[in-house]
Amino acid sequence: MGGHLNINHLMFLGQGALWTIGLSVIALIGGGIVGFVIALARISPLKSVRIASAVYVQLIQGTPLLVILFLGYFGLAAIGLKVSPLAAAGASLTLYVAAYLGEIWRGCIQSVPKPQWEAAEGLALSRTQRMLKVILPQAIRIATPPTVGFMVQIVKNTSLASVVGFVELMRSGQIVNNSLFEPFAIYAIIAVIYFAMCYPLSLFSQRLERRMGRGRSNLAPA
Amino acid sequence: MSLQLDFPAVLERWPSFLAGAVLTLELAAFATVLGALLGTLAAVGRGTHNALISGACKVYVETIRNTPLLVQIFLVYFGLASLGLKFSAFTVAVAALTINVGAYTAEIMRAGFEAIPRGQIEAAEGLALSRLQIYWHIILLPAIEKVYPALTSQFVLLMLASSVCSQISAEELTAVANYIQSDTYRAFETYIIVAVLYVILSLVMRAGFWGLGLVLFPRRRRLGTPL
Repeated sequence: MGGHLNINHLMFLGQGALWTIGLSVIALIGGGIVGFVIALARISPLKSVRIASAVYVQLIQGTPLLVILFLGYFGLAAIGLKVSPLAAAGASLTLYVAAYLGEIWRGCIQSVPKPQWEAAEGLALSRTQRMLKVILPQAIRIATPPTVGFMVQIVKNTSLASVVGFVELMRSGQIVNNSLFEPFAIYAIIAVIYFAMCYPLSLFSQRLERRMGRGRSNLAPA
Repeated sequence: MSLQLDFPAVLERWPSFLAGAVLTLELAAFATVLGALLGTLAAVGRGTHNALISGACKVYVETIRNTPLLVQIFLVYFGLASLGLKFSAFTVAVAALTINVGAYTAEIMRAGFEAIPRGQIEAAEGLALSRLQIYWHIILLPAIEKVYPALTSQFVLLMLASSVCSQISAEELTAVANYIQSDTYRAFETYIIVAVLYVILSLVMRAGFWGLGLVLFPRRRRLGTPL
């Protein structure tokens, strides 16, 4: 018991920080793929697909991530799958991120000006061609700043994976604290590390937004 | 192995679930009211010409928005304890959630303030309204009206985020669920019920804010602009 914070503890925290980044990347890629499908499903010509995806988004956005994590952790175990904390956290975060990114991206796709859709149709492009060649390239530009902004949320939300025993930054802080018992100092260090990961992303997102704003005003009719 | 669900075994604890849901709403209500006040103050502070005040408000907003709520809760919890101050877990939870949502509210309110046309303030000055009158009628209320939808979704997110307070054993819905699942060994069923309850709570909150908006901003209803 006792002792002082030394280089080994900091190394351990650093390792946790790397896992936080790893889990964030998993959630971003997994959530991005599923979210893209959700975004397309939300504007599908089929009513049943639209309703099903809207229900999915409403359910996930109405449930705390903490409860989704518990459901993933205990739920997968209940169907008899032995899952590691990493798999449970990765799967839960993917489902969570997909609902939010899906909604963000749907908004971006729909904010591509109407004449672009009509012009593509007028040129006799098929639905797929219209999406791939006309709408999505423009939607990606609009979607970049809010997506980078949401990455901050993802990094912060991975801290909840600590409750299912995944050793990321938060959990490694708790472990170090268990041996030193200096909670305030240790959680302050943890907060600084999270800040160092999130703030650059926040600034980048703001800069992208401003740059977009400039591009927009240039495009406005004189 | 097949999945066998036994909902009745968990559902017979419904009084505990209900009490937990009420506690979560209470927690969210306290933090919403206090956080709205704190956030508005921080937004006003950020707009002042005093570099010290606006700098402090900026540091507060950016620090909170770029660190996880879980870390903030632990910092408040152990920070107060290390100062020798003893509070109930519920009070600490309200304090941490207030500090958290205050920063997000400040950003939303700032956007609202910036959207107020300069000419309206000049017109109010021309009509010899007092500074206080201008702040209240020309700046604050129209700003709230403009950002009302963003504010309400932030407050619903706060209610969902309050589940994290179970980690400092504050009494609320998720803490109740943790207790029931460790008592019944029916984790999956318990968390499904809790998830459904949270979805209902968020729908109730949204409906409540929608109704409140109709009462607060009758002009919107007349103009037919959706809240």
